[in-house]
Amino acid sequence: MSDSQQPSDFEPVDVFAETDGMDLRPGSDDCYKCSTCDTNCPVAEVDDDFPGPKFQGPEQWRLKRKDDYDIDDSITDCSNCLRCDTSCPSEVPLSQMHNTARSQYVDNQMSKLSVEYIRNRILSNYRTSAYLASLFPRTATFVMNFGPVRWVMEKGLGIPSERDFPEFATTTFRQWWKQRGGAQVQNPDKRVAYFHGCYSNYNTPEVAKALVHVYEELGYEIMVPEQKCSGTPMFANGMLSDARRHAETNVESLTAAIEDGADIIASCTSCSLALRQEYPELFDIDGIEDVSNHTYDALEYLRIYEDLEAELEGAKVDFPDLAYHAPCHSRNQGLDGQALELIENIDGVMAEDVGDSCSGISGTYGWKTEHYEVSMEIGEEMFEHMEHAEGDVGMTECPTCAMQMEHGTGYEIKHPLEVLEAALVSEE
Amino acid sequence: MAIEDDVLVIGGGLAGIAAAVGAHEQGARVRLVSHKQSTMRQASGLIDLLGYTPDGDGPVVDPFEAIAELPEGHPYERAGLDAVRAGIDMFDDATGEMYAGSHTDKNALVPTHGGAIKPTARYPDSAAPGIASANGDTLFVGFDSMIEFDAPVAADHLAATGVPYETDGVTIEFPGNLRDDAKVTRFAHLLDRDDEVAVDGTTMPVRTALAERVKEHADGHERIGFPAVLGDDHATEVRAELADRLGASVFEVPMGPPSLPGLRLEDRLYEYLHEIGVRVSTGNPIVDVEQVNGEIDRVVGDHTGREVPYKAQQYILATGGLVGKGIDSDREGVYEPVFNCHVPHPADRYDWFEDGAFDDHEFARFGVPVDTELRPIDADDAPEYENLRAAGSVLGGYDFPSEKSGSGVSLATGYAAGELAGDRV
Repeated sequence: MSDSQQPSDFEPVDVFAETDGMDLRPGSDDCYKCSTCDTNCPVAEVDDDFPGPKFQGPEQWRLKRKDDYDIDDSITDCSNCLRCDTSCPSEVPLSQMHNTARSQYVDNQMSKLSVEYIRNRILSNYRTSAYLASLFPRTATFVMNFGPVRWVMEKGLGIPSERDFPEFATTTFRQWWKQRGGAQVQNPDKRVAYFHGCYSNYNTPEVAKALVHVYEELGYEIMVPEQKCSGTPMFANGMLSDARRHAETNVESLTAAIEDGADIIASCTSCSLALRQEYPELFDIDGIEDVSNHTYDALEYLRIYEDLEAELEGAKVDFPDLAYHAPCHSRNQGLDGQALELIENIDGVMAEDVGDSCSGISGTYGWKTEHYEVSMEIGEEMFEHMEHAEGDVGMTECPTCAMQMEHGTGYEIKHPLEVLEAALVSEE
Repeated sequence: MAIEDDVLVIGGGLAGIAAAVGAHEQGARVRLVSHKQSTMRQASGLIDLLGYTPDGDGPVVDPFEAIAELPEGHPYERAGLDAVRAGIDMFDDATGEMYAGSHTDKNALVPTHGGAIKPTARYPDSAAPGIASANGDTLFVGFDSMIEFDAPVAADHLAATGVPYETDGVTIEFPGNLRDDAKVTRFAHLLDRDDEVAVDGTTMPVRTALAERVKEHADGHERIGFPAVLGDDHATEVRAELADRLGASVFEVPMGPPSLPGLRLEDRLYEYLHEIGVRVSTGNPIVDVEQVNGEIDRVVGDHTGREVPYKAQQYILATGGLVGKGIDSDREGVYEPVFNCHVPHPADRYDWFEDGAFDDHEFARFGVPVDTELRPIDADDAPEYENLRAAGSVLGGYDFPSEKSGSGVSLATGYAAGELAGDRV
């Protein structure tokens, strides 16, 4: 070894210019180009124009270190299903790279006056629209699905007229919770803070109520802290500053709940994923790690802390047979098998897995005219499996997967918590 | 509370699956947990038992005969010859008509995408018409955007091995103007659904269009081989239609990663686990172990930051080797990350490898040593834990890439470990 090669002479240099964001280089270097992510990408499977997650993540990240490279337009074709994250054998933070790239694309390359930007902003701020709609729920349900209105939305905003807007509940979950007088079980030892998310508040309060009934039956005190959108639709649309605003509120009130001795549970797997994984990946907010470390999916939590098998022993329910689809965001958290395992223990109801394909809607993705066809083509496999399954009622944890399942098959869709409620909670 | 079962298998590859089946067949309630998707989907889909002996002799004609002669310490010797038979029988049951080769103990010679021929014990039904030991003039068809398979070169290589039939290769453009780096799943999906594609100013179903393009070159060849992208869910149907249109038997040439035959095999085996009632949890790693009196009491899974306990009476470690990350290393040494089992290796890391790429590297045999009950043993040859067994590429003492023994060792040691564990609950 010559003197010049002595380790002591080694002087590290900054290869890349300083950035204020998180340094994703180690993640990029971990990619050994096995292309497993590409074979898992539901968009690449049906859309030949999409270059796939390996390009969108590590390769684009390397390219854009040079100033003269823009983010490739195709970043808006990624649906944020996170299957690439799940599949990577080398811990490359693909979705973090995608979220970061998408945000840079929106900030620097997208006209804030474009129809697309305005449409994406409206879609990703679903909470705001839902809040307004909830003031006049019946009218909103009617108007949003009124033919001429939808024609204008399709032509003017690029929202496909094929889609049916979800119904708005006449009483939101939070209104119900307030009218009921809040928690009816006090228990300093078993306390959970429920992150219900926008959808079960404004559209499917029956899911949120099922959660309340099941948890109270098992002796839990439930808190329902102030909350905004989890941010999932905003990450997927590159609206990171919107997402951050919402995250700040959520982290503040959830941190307070943790200090009161509560763990956080969510009934929507995209919400739990956001709080657990995407928050600490994307933001630096006081208490964010704490929130991440205390968040669970609602079923997962019961499986860990309760003997559900014993609870369900002898339970008999009258519930239709179910065709179950595991959402990509539950898969990402390793929760894809739990609903079926649970239902195996209940007499009188059968649930069948309809396979591991993505539903294709991916939140706001399938709500865009330019992605509608791709979204339905991805969903085709799931629709076929649902039709072949015994049950004529669908089941999933994810609200938008539920929309897609209903849209593709006409089935009514339930949440596993509703089955659990039927098995554990006696009629009032 | 914990998530409780009788037997917990850690690792979701071939060894983990075989272990889960073995334990299940003993009547145990089994859960398989795996962190990431298995490396099976990167593999060719061929099931090798033993292609070359540890001394480099081969290709081996009868792998069972050669396995009986292996030295002490080799995973096959540890598990025993009966376990090899039982493991491969289990594989045949699980895959049914999807795989060929069970009619004989002898290795088949399957042409690979480089035109080499590989001794293997079981091969996908889709590769069966192409085996090199059967006679029949053979045409390889490559696609110009798929540079991993150079059909004319593969044909020349195969001819150079001295096969007694004609071999030719042609490269065509896959119909439909696909992007240059189209994903393998894109080809498979198009063919599965027989989507319409634009060809020469008109449109037609992609299978028809593909057959039309190949026909011009097909003259008289009895067998036509394509890269292994001929469908996923409807692979048999795709191949049958092409064969019909071309008037020749059609086969797939196993490819490097990402591999459709590997994906199909993984899908089938997980479907089998589902059918027999093995519980499967994927997506979260096992990160911690709690022991009581030399036995594992429970292990802890990391659910995106939350620690979730999994409890069983018996545990099986099947986390893979260096590639699957069941064995890891740093500058200080080589280790097994879940249970921290003993991994023998030279103290000086410059002794872990040789200079030449194809030399006999020490690192190729790194892994945990086991006793004849497949329990990992420590430096004093005592079991690390009474209720822990290990299987597959996490085991040391063999060099599966050069022996071509990876799948066989996984099936044999996995199934045997599963049976032993299931028997004790």
